[in-house]
Amino acid sequence: MTWVRVATTAAVPLGEMLGVSVNGFKLAIYHLDDDSFRATQNVCTHEFALLSDGWLEGSEVECPLHAGRFDVRTGRALCEPLKRDIAVFAVEVRDGEIFVALPQ
Amino acid sequence: MTAGQQAMRTHVVVGAGQAGAHAAVAMRRAGFGGRIVLIGEEASLPYDRPPLSKSFLLAEDEPRLTHFFEPAVFSSLRIEAMVGVKVEAIDLAARRIALTYGGGLDFDALLLATGSRPRCLNVPGGERGLAIRTFDDASQLRQRLIAGQSVVCIGAGVIGLEVAAAAQARGCSVSVLDVERTVMSRSLAPELGVLVQQLHEHHGVTFEGAVAVAAIEGDSVVLGDGRRLPADTVVCGIGVVRNIDLARAAGIATRAGILVDPYGRTSADGIYAAGEVAEFPLAGGHGVWESWKHAQDHGALVGRVMAGAAQPYNEVPWFWSDQYGVNIQVVGDATGAAAAQVVDRGKRDGPSFCAFFLDAQSHVIGAFGWNAPKEVAAATRMIRRAMAITPDRLADPSVSLQTVLATSSSPAVAQLV
Repeated sequence: MTWVRVATTAAVPLGEMLGVSVNGFKLAIYHLDDDSFRATQNVCTHEFALLSDGWLEGSEVECPLHAGRFDVRTGRALCEPLKRDIAVFAVEVRDGEIFVALPQ
Repeated sequence: MTAGQQAMRTHVVVGAGQAGAHAAVAMRRAGFGGRIVLIGEEASLPYDRPPLSKSFLLAEDEPRLTHFFEPAVFSSLRIEAMVGVKVEAIDLAARRIALTYGGGLDFDALLLATGSRPRCLNVPGGERGLAIRTFDDASQLRQRLIAGQSVVCIGAGVIGLEVAAAAQARGCSVSVLDVERTVMSRSLAPELGVLVQQLHEHHGVTFEGAVAVAAIEGDSVVLGDGRRLPADTVVCGIGVVRNIDLARAAGIATRAGILVDPYGRTSADGIYAAGEVAEFPLAGGHGVWESWKHAQDHGALVGRVMAGAAQPYNEVPWFWSDQYGVNIQVVGDATGAAAAQVVDRGKRDGPSFCAFFLDAQSHVIGAFGWNAPKEVAAATRMIRRAMAITPDRLADPSVSLQTVLATSSSPAVAQLV
């Protein structure tokens, strides 16, 4: 596992999300209402779409293509048409920088 | 009803499309412990229809069915899927359905998710127009999309336009005809339909509006004014007819669809309807929606109601279409019929924009997104909340819609005007 810097906290305002590409991983970084930062895979498990193009509400992200919703804290798929969860990655914030733990 | 009593009951779902399959699965997941039988007329387990008019037609290799539920889901949830079976009649008094090839099935509750069939073109030779509804329809059409051949799409709705885009991509020479002046006229304001039309024209598809088709003859489509358009293949996308015959013959109340209440209950006790065939209460009357999302959500909701949950249907109509790599989404009423103004976020000649439809009190009532799913997601929530918004804020890209919605959780706060 490697900690990789993905963005500054300022790049992800409260209640919003950001799509980034690092080390071949497409990640979505979320800034939740409880001021925590989260990270998941950015590609939906249903069809190809970037979750960061969708909508974040509370701790749920809605896919822009077919409106499937995931809990970004657990990765759990919450409704149809989703059949599979998304991967979640550990996040740490240090000095205004967001770090994500990626598999080596 | 006790769990023991429920376990003795049989629920039959007629129609194994998007609505019926989601109903059966949701019914089980909501705790119904009895027997569930899912009956489909087509000889395959429930499959995805949206790709049939899109990626399916473009696939290089022979495309396959994609199942939105893995076949194992039905066995693991103890749903008996009977496919290739047609239901002939419903005997309400005996609580029994008759199957076409003999035999029958007793039920305690019945869900009609019989969907619709493509409307036929009622002109001489009209039967030569191909429609797309099933895997077989799409397979047949796909084989006919040969480079250099001419394709005429009658009807400029979403299906006709998606087929046109696919045929063009395969090298066919494509024209699209419609009785209305603009494309997607049933769901889109003319000023936006024109943009979709121009997208097609940019890719070499010809559109002709306000024309009537008089006949399909030989290798051509004959127009009302006598002109003949060459057509190796004719595709008809002129709407659907709902499959209500089974219900009507049983004396269940119907109009264009099978009439249901907000819970999917028909006029007959213990008989439900869901999806495209169901005509359900909407503001100002009853209506029918024809979309993937509605079939999925309405089917699942009525399935849960049949398992004992009491939850009324309360969704905002939404659909998407993919044409030439542009993602089009429409939510709510984007026809302009009920709108006092249209507010754009983004430029119409740019790579993405969203047109918001506002009523006289600046409530958002609909939106059209051109590569703008985030804006459409915001519009959906504004419509649900009957939210009013200052047009200037809506149009200002520096104002985050996420923030606007987050700071307006109640209707009172939503009055940003």
